Amino acid sequence: MSMPFYVPPEQLVKDRAEYARKGIARGRSIVGMEYVGGVLLLAENPSRTLYKISEIYDRIAFAGVGKYNEFEALRVAGIRHADLKGYLYGRPDVAARGLANAFSQTLGNIFTHEIKPYEVEILVAEVGVNGESNRLFKVTYDGTLYDELGFCAIGGQADLLTSTLAERYQEPGSLNATIQMVAEAFAQVEQRQIDGWEAAVLDGTSERRTFRRLTQEEIAAAFT
Amino acid sequence: MSVDRFTGGLPAGAPSPGTSFTDLLRSLDLAPEWKGSGPEGAVQAPEGTTVLALRYSDGVVMVGDRQATEGHLVAHRRIQKVFAADGYSAVAISGTAGLAIEMVRLFQTELEHYEKLEGTRLSLDGKATYLARMVRSQLPMVFQGLVVVPLFAGFDEATQEGRLYTFDVVGGRYEEQDFGATGSGGRDAKSFLRGAYRDDLDESAALDVALRALIAASEEDTATGGPDIQRGIFPNVVTVTAVGYSEVPGEQVAAISSAALEGLR
Repeated sequence: MSMPFYVPPEQLVKDRAEYARKGIARGRSIVGMEYVGGVLLLAENPSRTLYKISEIYDRIAFAGVGKYNEFEALRVAGIRHADLKGYLYGRPDVAARGLANAFSQTLGNIFTHEIKPYEVEILVAEVGVNGESNRLFKVTYDGTLYDELGFCAIGGQADLLTSTLAERYQEPGSLNATIQMVAEAFAQVEQRQIDGWEAAVLDGTSERRTFRRLTQEEIAAAFT
Repeated sequence: MSVDRFTGGLPAGAPSPGTSFTDLLRSLDLAPEWKGSGPEGAVQAPEGTTVLALRYSDGVVMVGDRQATEGHLVAHRRIQKVFAADGYSAVAISGTAGLAIEMVRLFQTELEHYEKLEGTRLSLDGKATYLARMVRSQLPMVFQGLVVVPLFAGFDEATQEGRLYTFDVVGGRYEEQDFGATGSGGRDAKSFLRGAYRDDLDESAALDVALRALIAASEEDTATGGPDIQRGIFPNVVTVTAVGYSEVPGEQVAAISSAALEGLR
C-alpha cells in the first residue's frame, strides 16, 4: 500500500486560499451601502437575466460574487433556511445574523473538507425596522464572517473599493446620491467602462417584503 | 453537492422539484400530515362558514364573514378567513378552520418560496393548480369529517384580468366566470348573487353586491356571522386588481354594511 505524501496543514490551507482568491479576483465586484431609509446593493453585471443580488426574506438580501453555480447553490440554501425558519416559527424570527452564521459554517466546512474550496464571497444585508440599525455581513471563501458598518464590498476589487469608499462615505445619503457615490468609486477603481449595473434595495419604508429590484430606467435616472 | 453534505446549519438535501417548499419540508420530515384515524365525527373542531368572491371590471373582490362555529356553538367571532396568497392573489377558507389556516400558511410560503428561487411568480393558473393539489392531499381527513374547501382569486398578469376558482373536497378545481362562494352559507350567497350580479360592476358596486350577498347568507344560515354593528365586527373584504392585493379599510366596510343593513329594515 502506498502512503500518501505528507502535506503540512499550513501549506494545504495556503494553497486552497490562493486558489479561491484567484477565482474571486476574476469576479466583478458588488457594494452594499446604507442610504436614508434602506440599504442599496449595487453590482457590476453585464447580464440582464442572471442576477447576483437576490431576495432572501422580508428584510434580508443576498449578493454573491465568484463562480455562478457555487453562489447560486448558497443562495438557494439561504432561501430554504429562511423560509423554513419563518414557517416553523414566525416571520420576525428570521434574522441576517443567523443566516450569515449558517453561510459561514457552510463555507468553512467546504474550505477544509472538500477537494476544492468555493470561489465565492457572499454579502448578506438586512434593513432594520422600528429604528433598529441595518446590518451588512460579508462571508469569505474560508467561512470568515465580517460585520461591516455603513458599507461593504465583495469581489475582485473589494479592498480597493473599500478604501475608496471609506474616503467618500460619511453618513447615509439619499438613494440617488448613494448610487452615484458607489458608481464613481467603481469607475475610479476599475479604470474602465463599466459593463452594466444591477441594483436592488431593501426599502425600510415598505411593509413586509422590503426587497425591490431597480429597473435599468431607475438606475439611469439616478445618474442624471 | 457539497452544500448538501456539509449542511452546517443550512437545510440539507435537494428535493425535486427544487422549487417546492412542501417537498423541502417532506425531505426533512417536517411536512404536515393530513391523516387521521377513528370514527367520523370523533374530532370536533371550529369551522369557518361563508366566503365568497366575484369578478368586476378592475379585478376580483373577496369577502369572508368573521364567525367560526363548533356544532351549534359560536367558537370565534373575529376569525380571519380571507388572506393574501401573494401580492396578486387572495385565498379564502371554509371548513375546519385550524387545518384550513395551516393550509393557507403553507400555500403562502410555497408561492413566496417559488417566487424567490425562480425569480418570477407562478402563473395564476399554476397557483390554483397547486392549491387544488393541497386540497386533494387533505382527502384522508375528509373521511374523518374534517373538510377544507378554499376559494381562490387573483389578477392574471398575463391576460390582465381578474379570475377566480372554486374547489371541491376532492381537489377539483373549477374556474368561475362570474362569482363563487363556499361554506355553510355559500349556497345562500350564490342564490343572492345569481340575481344581483351583473357583468359591468365597478368597484363600489362590486363591494356593495358582495357585502349584500354575505348579509343575505347570514340571514338564511345561522352559522354565518353578518356585520355585527353592536360589537363593531365587520367582514374581511379584499380586492385584487392590476395594482395587486389590497384590503378594503374597516371604516369603508362598516359604511357599506350599515347602508345595506338599513335596506333590510
